Amino acid sequence: MKKIEAIIQPFKLEPVKDALHKMSVQGMTVTEVKGFGRQKGIREVYRGMEYQVDFLPKVKIEVVAPDEKAESIVKTIIEQARTGRIGDGKIFVYPVAEVIRIRTGETGDAAV
Amino acid sequence: MNSGDTAFVLASAALVLLMTPGLALFYGGMVRSKNILNTLMQNYIIIALIGLQWALFGYSLAFGPTQGGFIGGLSYLGLAEVGPEPFKAYSETIPHQAFMVFQAMFAIITPALIIGSWVERFKFSTFLVFSLLWATLVYDPVAHWVWGDGGWLKGLGALDFAGGTVVHINAGVAALAAALIIGKRRGYGTEAMIPHNLPMTVLGAGLLWFGWFGFNAGSALAANGLAAIAFVNTHFATCGAALGWMIIEWLVRGKPTMLGVASGAVAGLVAVTPAAGFVGPMSAIIIGFLAGVLCYLAVLAKPKLGYDDSLDVVGVHMVGGLWGALATGLFACKAVNDAGADGLFFGNPAQFGIQVVAVLVTLVYSFVISLILLKILDATMGLRVESDEEVAGLDISEHQETGYSL
Repeated sequence: MKKIEAIIQPFKLEPVKDALHKMSVQGMTVTEVKGFGRQKGIREVYRGMEYQVDFLPKVKIEVVAPDEKAESIVKTIIEQARTGRIGDGKIFVYPVAEVIRIRTGETGDAAV
Repeated sequence: MNSGDTAFVLASAALVLLMTPGLALFYGGMVRSKNILNTLMQNYIIIALIGLQWALFGYSLAFGPTQGGFIGGLSYLGLAEVGPEPFKAYSETIPHQAFMVFQAMFAIITPALIIGSWVERFKFSTFLVFSLLWATLVYDPVAHWVWGDGGWLKGLGALDFAGGTVVHINAGVAALAAALIIGKRRGYGTEAMIPHNLPMTVLGAGLLWFGWFGFNAGSALAANGLAAIAFVNTHFATCGAALGWMIIEWLVRGKPTMLGVASGAVAGLVAVTPAAGFVGPMSAIIIGFLAGVLCYLAVLAKPKLGYDDSLDVVGVHMVGGLWGALATGLFACKAVNDAGADGLFFGNPAQFGIQVVAVLVTLVYSFVISLILLKILDATMGLRVESDEEVAGLDISEHQETGYSL
């Protein structure tokens, strides 16, 4: 089992979610996060006072899926979230040791 | 007594009251989220604090029978002799109490304006004492000089329709004194101090614009042609100022900003205040437009001048007020209001000179007394919260509550 963690542009959340839905991904967790990568921050100006804003708003999507689906999910996220401009984000893939559904106590692929 | 006038002035008083909560939102949106309640609280409690000061002795000091043109006497203490009958020197057609309560709202918002200079660091208890002393020792006398029956600046012929000098220059220069004496916020110039909720600021600016019709048109003290003139001037000057700020900012920085337009609107309202009942509508548009430009440039200059007037009370209220008071001496026209005077552009340069005198007197008096009060309070109560309290935010350290919880 794999956990796919994708940090994407906030406005790309809808298309990514819809595409994952279509490929029958069972669930996902979404968090509003802030951070920076190579894009660095941006400058904002308030009444002439200029501030460097280092942390930009992004959305983090977490999806857990069986090993064989992981690659196609990653591909789908890339297709949907990519603008080609700096700041598109990153995807991390982790191995998952165990999954347990709290309601029933099921484990493994059945619990995803 | 006239029922239309009375209804209009009472309704205007309610409009002016609304400006102070509007100011609370205008200022509140510009501070960081850890100081939102402290900022709102200062604005709000001042309604109660100065409200009672006015009833107990403030009105008497400002509008009581004059003592040599410098201060009102004590005969209206506790509103004695201030009843439902008109007091002819102020208005023959409305109850004395209606005039008194209309003026109360001006006395309340003036010290509230100063709050913008010291937010995010000023000790709440010291704030209460300072505001009470300032209202008593600065606002009340200056209001008497300019508006009181027998006031010496009024006798000189200074024109101030709705309080450009008494309210805005007065508060603006006190804000300069406060920013200089209280000092900068921790991290000013190195940390980002970004407004935490600009929609709140924009709503506040809208409420100020709305309430200002009471402030300026109500200052006619009657539901008449002069009130309409002041209403119209107020609106069009503000339109001019919002556009003026937007255009100059667009030219200088490359982007028009929402905070800029909201600030420009307030700058226009400030500048038209002394002129509202004395100039024609085209003059008002010019006054407003230039107010937007001048106040933007003043705000830009602040970082170079090195003081932390956090929310630009100096740049908007002092500079806008100065421009408005002087512009009144340029654009005033007896064809608009024959109770006024002609200004420089209408063949009477002397009026400009009188405006300069009224402005200088207010600048010096308010600055010096504010400075002395702050020095005394610094030595006795202390002006600032402790540095760790400032880092934690004044909501939690001064009030033990937070504005937003997850």
